[in-house]
Amino acid sequence: MDSLFLVLKSTVTLSAPLLLAAMAGYTSERTGVINIALEGKMLAGCLAAGLVGILSGSAVLGVLAGVTAAVLMSLLHWLLTQSYSIDHIVSGMAVNAVSFGATSFLYKNYTDPSKVTETPTLPLPAYYAIAFVVPVALAWVSSRTRFGLRLRAVGGDPEKSRSMGLNPGAVRFKSLLLTGLFCGLSGTLIVSNTGYFTDGMTAGRGFIALAALIIGSWRPIPTMIACIAFGFLEALQLQLQGTRLAGAEIPRELWNVLPYLATVIALAGFVGKSRAPAGLGKP
Amino acid sequence: MKNLLLAALATATLFIAGCGNSSSTSDSGGAPNPISKDNGKPIRVGIVFDTGGRGDKSFNDSAWAGLERAQKELGVEPKTVESKSEKDYETNLATLAESGCDLVIAVGINMQTALKAVAPKFPEVKFATVDGDVPGDNVRSLQFKEAEGSFLAGYLAGSVSKSGKIGFVGGQEIPLIKRFECGYIAGAKTANPNVVVLPAKYANSWNNADLAKAAANVLYSDGADIIYHAAGASGLGVIGAAAEQKKFAIGVDSDQDYIQPGFVLTSMIKRVDEAVFQTVSDIKNNAFTGGVKVFDLKANGVGLSEMKHTKDKIPADVLAKVEQVKADIIAGKIQVPSKQEELDPYLAALPK
Repeated sequence: MDSLFLVLKSTVTLSAPLLLAAMAGYTSERTGVINIALEGKMLAGCLAAGLVGILSGSAVLGVLAGVTAAVLMSLLHWLLTQSYSIDHIVSGMAVNAVSFGATSFLYKNYTDPSKVTETPTLPLPAYYAIAFVVPVALAWVSSRTRFGLRLRAVGGDPEKSRSMGLNPGAVRFKSLLLTGLFCGLSGTLIVSNTGYFTDGMTAGRGFIALAALIIGSWRPIPTMIACIAFGFLEALQLQLQGTRLAGAEIPRELWNVLPYLATVIALAGFVGKSRAPAGLGKP
Repeated sequence: MKNLLLAALATATLFIAGCGNSSSTSDSGGAPNPISKDNGKPIRVGIVFDTGGRGDKSFNDSAWAGLERAQKELGVEPKTVESKSEKDYETNLATLAESGCDLVIAVGINMQTALKAVAPKFPEVKFATVDGDVPGDNVRSLQFKEAEGSFLAGYLAGSVSKSGKIGFVGGQEIPLIKRFECGYIAGAKTANPNVVVLPAKYANSWNNADLAKAAANVLYSDGADIIYHAAGASGLGVIGAAAEQKKFAIGVDSDQDYIQPGFVLTSMIKRVDEAVFQTVSDIKNNAFTGGVKVFDLKANGVGLSEMKHTKDKIPADVLAKVEQVKADIIAGKIQVPSKQEELDPYLAALPK
C-alpha cells in the first residue's frame, strides 16, 4: 500500500514538468509553429530561476525571472520563424544551441563554484496544481473561446485564415507567449525540485513532452494522459528495479527502458492515428 | 535579410560558445614566480576538461583545484581548455600539445580514445589521463581505487544505520559505477553482517536529479536510512531527498557534505586534485614515468570527507573502527572487491 502511494506520488512529481512542457508545445504547434526548442526554453527557465533566486534570495523573483527568460527565448523563436521565415526546425535548433551554451556559461560565471547555495523556491504543490489544471483549461480555451478557435484556425490552415482576415503572425505571437510561460514554469519547477542548477538538467524532457504531444494527437487531454503515463512508468520502473520475479532478477536495463519503449510503441501508432495540425511549419 | 539574420545568429552562437572557452585556449594568468625547469622557461601544463566542464562541483573542479595548487606551490603556468562536445577532445589535446606545453592532462575516461590518437604524435610532450587507461611511455594513466573508498563509506553506513537497511543510487550500471557499489556493499556487510543493502536503483542518467530523487524516495520508504550515490549531478536529487526525509545521504567524488549540512553522512572523495598535483610535481622534479599510477587509500587517492557536520552524531568508537579498517586495507589485510564476481565470494566468506 505504501509503495502504491509512493508510485502515485512520484508519478505526480515526474509528470508535472512534462505536462507543462507538453502544453507549451501544444500552444505553439497548434498555431503551426514546430517547436523542437522546448528543451532550450525550459533550460533557460531553469537557469534564470536558479540564478536570480540565489542572487536575490527571493523565490517570487526567481519564478518571474524563469518565466521571463523562457518567454524571451520563445519570442526569439517567433521572430526567427515569423518575421524572418526561417525553417522551424533550424531555428528551433538554434534556440536550443544558444540556450545550452549560454546557461552553462552564465551559471559558471555568476555563481560561486566553491559553495552551493540552495535556490529559494515556492511550495512544490503549487506547481503540481498548475501543471494538472493547465491542460484542462487549455482544452476549454481551445474549443470555447475566440482566442482558442483562432489559435486552431491558424494552425489548421494559415492561408485560409489569412484570407478570412486573421493575422497568423499576431496569433502566433500570443501563443508563443504562452509557450514561454509554460516552459518557464516547467524549468522553474525542475530547478525547484532539487534546489540547484546543473548543466543540461532538463535531461531531454522537452523532447519527451514533444513525443507526448504527438501521441496525444495535438489535443490537450490525450497529451495530458500521455505525460502522466510516462511519469507513471518512470515511477513504476524505479520502484520495480531490483525486484525478483519468480526467483530471477530482471535486468535493470529492462526497467530503465520501459518508459521509452512504451513511448516508441505508442509513437508507432499503436494507440491510434495521430493527426498533426495541417498548417505545421507553414508560413 | 534572411541571410543577414542567419549570419547574425551564427555569430551570436559562436560568441557565446567562445565565452565558454569552447575551443579557445586561455592563459590563466602567469604564476607569481615561475620556477624554471631549465634555462628560465617556466613549466607549462595544459588541461582539457570534459563536457562537464569547470563548475561541475565534482570531477573537473577537483582536477582544476590540483592544478591551481601546483600553480601556487610549484609555480607552473596553466593553460585550460573546455570541451563543448566529445568531438572537440582530439583537437583540444593536440592544440595544447602543439602550443609548447610540457604536460597535457585529459580529464575523464571519455577522453581515452582521443588521447590514444594524439599521444603518439607528440613523443616529446608528456600526457596524463584521469580515469583512462592509455599505453605509451609519455602517458601516465591516473586511476583510482573507488572500491576502497566506497568500502569505508559502506562500513560507516553499516555501523550507524538504525533501521538496519541502507541503499545505493547509481548513474548508469557500468563497470566504473559497479566499483562504487561493490565496495560499498562489502564494507557495510563487514561492519554488520545483518545489515540489509536494498537492491540498487539506477537513474540511467547523469543529470536528471528528479529521477534520482524519486529513486531515493523509494529506498527511504523501503526502510533505508542511509543512501550512497554515485550518479554525478543526478545525485543532488538523492541529497535533496535525504534532507526532505530527515535521513542520510553519502556524497561522492568531491566533499559534498556542505550541500545539505547534517544530512550528508560523509562523502567518498576521489582525490583527482592530489593525482594531478603529484603528476605536475613529478614533471617539475624530472621524475615523470609513463604507465598506470594507482591512487588508492594508501596513496591518499580516495578517502572519506572530514564529516564536519556529522562527526558529533557518530559514536567515537565507530570512527575509530573506520580508521582501523582503513589501516587494514592499506596493510592488505582486507582485499576490497571491485566487481560482482569478487563481491560474491567475499560476502560468502564473511563470518555470520
